[in-house]
Amino acid sequence: MNAIQDLGLRTVNLVVHLGRLTAFVVQIAQNAVRPPWRVQRFVDEIYDVGVLSLAIVCLSGATVGAVLGLQGYVTLSRFGAETSLGAVVGLSLVRELGPVLTALLVTGRAGSAMAAEIASMVVTEQLDGLRMMSVDPVDFVVKPKALAMLTAMPMLNALFIVFALFGGYLVGVTLLGVDGGSYISSMENAIDFENDVAGTLLKSVIFGALVGMIATYRGYTSAPTSAGVSAATTGTVVTGSVSILLFDYVITALWGVS
Amino acid sequence: MQPSPVRDLIVGLFVALGLAAIAYLSIQVGGVGYAGRGGLKLVAEFDQIGGLKPRAPVSVAGVTVGQVRKIELDDQLRARVTLEVDKSLALPTDSSAAIHTEGLLGDQYVALEPGGADDLLKDGDEIEFTESALSVERLIGKFVHNSGIEPDAEKTGKTAKAGKSPADEQAEEE
Repeated sequence: MNAIQDLGLRTVNLVVHLGRLTAFVVQIAQNAVRPPWRVQRFVDEIYDVGVLSLAIVCLSGATVGAVLGLQGYVTLSRFGAETSLGAVVGLSLVRELGPVLTALLVTGRAGSAMAAEIASMVVTEQLDGLRMMSVDPVDFVVKPKALAMLTAMPMLNALFIVFALFGGYLVGVTLLGVDGGSYISSMENAIDFENDVAGTLLKSVIFGALVGMIATYRGYTSAPTSAGVSAATTGTVVTGSVSILLFDYVITALWGVS
Repeated sequence: MQPSPVRDLIVGLFVALGLAAIAYLSIQVGGVGYAGRGGLKLVAEFDQIGGLKPRAPVSVAGVTVGQVRKIELDDQLRARVTLEVDKSLALPTDSSAAIHTEGLLGDQYVALEPGGADDLLKDGDEIEFTESALSVERLIGKFVHNSGIEPDAEKTGKTAKAGKSPADEQAEEE
């Protein structure tokens, strides 16, 4: 009996959280389209989310590209098709690996920090302090963070892909001796703007919105205890990563694989 | 957080770098604006295009001069392929188009063979002489059965002459 009650409670809780999340997002969106714009706060958050994630994103990008180049070369050379290496590396990066890996990295690097920061503000009653001064914490704390995540994600994604293409070039051309011209030209012939590059940008914008939304929501609604802070941080990474992978499949299926 | 001009500058640099990366992916890798909007558009009809896809290269004497824009089926159930080539390209009206394969398993592309007429092809003109893609399955089928070539050749008419070459000659020699 207890197990059934538990299941029912969890299901109802999930739906309740979905409803609260929707209301929370509507609140952020309403604050985003009316002044005060809080440009300085937004710029500071871009620094936290974008600039501080730059090193890990670029390094991971170059490594992923290098591994793809190596694995692709080994498989393709069996068929004597090494000249298609650029197409293999480029397509897999632009379509799937770029947006998904960037979003996972940024969730771990910046999303968790975002949730922890807001959650500790809940514990130390800083959000209540803002309300006392009749400053809306959603407008002052949450909005710049969520918007910074949304803005920084496509840029980090593009940088990840560019570095990965460079890493693949380094391994494929410099190390394994694939012709540099055919690497670049097979990549440029295979990748299309409408099907591939626009899709990668759409994905990264959606992932940015998703991570920004989940991180700020988990932080904002955390329990005012130190266990609440850790639960918010863990929850952001787990929920964020799972929903990124789920949405990736849904977007790919809707966008159409050609 | 204290206001800091240095941090603002770094954020500005980051945004510039991010936008440059997006622009590189869209323009250089994605090929937005290739050959401009004002390329020379030509139409060619084929009986069989094999695995030809939009954005496949179009070449003259092996030099890439444009790409395939659109592939559709016309009312006579033939493949209508729209090509966009360099505007400065002077192709005589009796030029021919053929679908070839890069290597044995490579991608397919359209090869243009210039003719000898004095008049030049203009924007929107149709290339009359076309050679369909070579289908390996059909080739093997003909080779194995060693028959059924004549009715096939009559049915396809004009383009069969061009499309005939390797498969049919081989079969006739048998």
